[in-house]
Amino acid sequence: MTRLAWAVLLCQILLLSLLQIGGALAIAPDLHRLVVERLALVTDAQFAASVAIAQASPGPNTLYVAVLGFQASGLAGAVAMQAAVLLPSSMLAILVGRWGNARPERRVVLAFKAGMAPITIALLAATSWIIVAETPGWRHVLLAATAAVAVWRTRVHILWLMAAGAIAGAFAWI
Amino acid sequence: MSTPRVPPATAGAEALRRPASPRELFVAFTLLALQGFGGVIVVAQRVLCEDKRWLKSTEFVEMLSIGQVIPGPNVCNVALMLGDRFFGWRGAVAALGGLLTVPFGIVLALVAIYARWAASPAIAGALRGMGAVSAGLIAGTALKLAQSLRFNPLGVPACVVLGAAAFVLVGVLRLPLAWALPAVGAVACGLAWRRVDGGPR
Repeated sequence: MTRLAWAVLLCQILLLSLLQIGGALAIAPDLHRLVVERLALVTDAQFAASVAIAQASPGPNTLYVAVLGFQASGLAGAVAMQAAVLLPSSMLAILVGRWGNARPERRVVLAFKAGMAPITIALLAATSWIIVAETPGWRHVLLAATAAVAVWRTRVHILWLMAAGAIAGAFAWI
Repeated sequence: MSTPRVPPATAGAEALRRPASPRELFVAFTLLALQGFGGVIVVAQRVLCEDKRWLKSTEFVEMLSIGQVIPGPNVCNVALMLGDRFFGWRGAVAALGGLLTVPFGIVLALVAIYARWAASPAIAGALRGMGAVSAGLIAGTALKLAQSLRFNPLGVPACVVLGAAAFVLVGVLRLPLAWALPAVGAVACGLAWRRVDGGPR
């Protein structure tokens, strides 16, 4: 790919950054259209693997963009694409955070905080539900419910819970 | 403010602390990112609110709310806002850098070995098991944070109804967040707008 083509791609990713409502994976279909269908930088299978690897790996899921860039063009591609997808949304986060922080008692800020709190918490529950509902059967539901109670009610370390899940899965219990 | 003296506790919560330096932020976010498989937000809540006590639960929910309505990965947005609050843009860079730098290296290393291991049924099973646990962890975190709703100006019944509506729209009916969130959010913030003014607060 030429330099110009890269510049165009990165500009498009800068724009996609501001469309990531609901998380990094919200723009996955658009990125797919761009890097798989239009530019053929990575294959369909590589794209799916990128998302899977980022989800199995520690750290935020947004790193699937780095994996895509790596597969397209090595380390430089990984850094460039990850930076492009985070830069605009990060600037906005800092600006919005500052704006709200400077006006903690303003009515619009209070209304936003109070109104959004139950919805934000419900969206966590919905995320959990979507993951659980993906797999048929009941054993993984039991595993998930145990993990939920453990993290809610006890101080047991999260990595122990993860390890228990990995072992249960590796020995084909779920 | 960087002395050990801490501000007084509010609303029965234990006294909050603050990070000593951007470096402490970087290290803390690196460690919490490394524990976060498929749900860094769970570890973030535990580390930031319970271990480090840099944020109250309500403040965590507030930052997450902002992180959710603006574009970008939620946990990255929380890291940026938290870092910026304590140390300005240096703090924001430190927190986000901690969240991403080491995991960036790990994820690229995993690309190299993924092809060899992806077909193994034990590895696939382990990933399935970890997926189920991470779903449970997210639900447990939601339950924990829901306790902070007792102090919400909307009142508990309204919180339950609004939360249930958001859950059904997004979790059960699978409507896109990009318009389900503004829809329920507008109703919720509208109701809250009427409650937060006038009364004693």
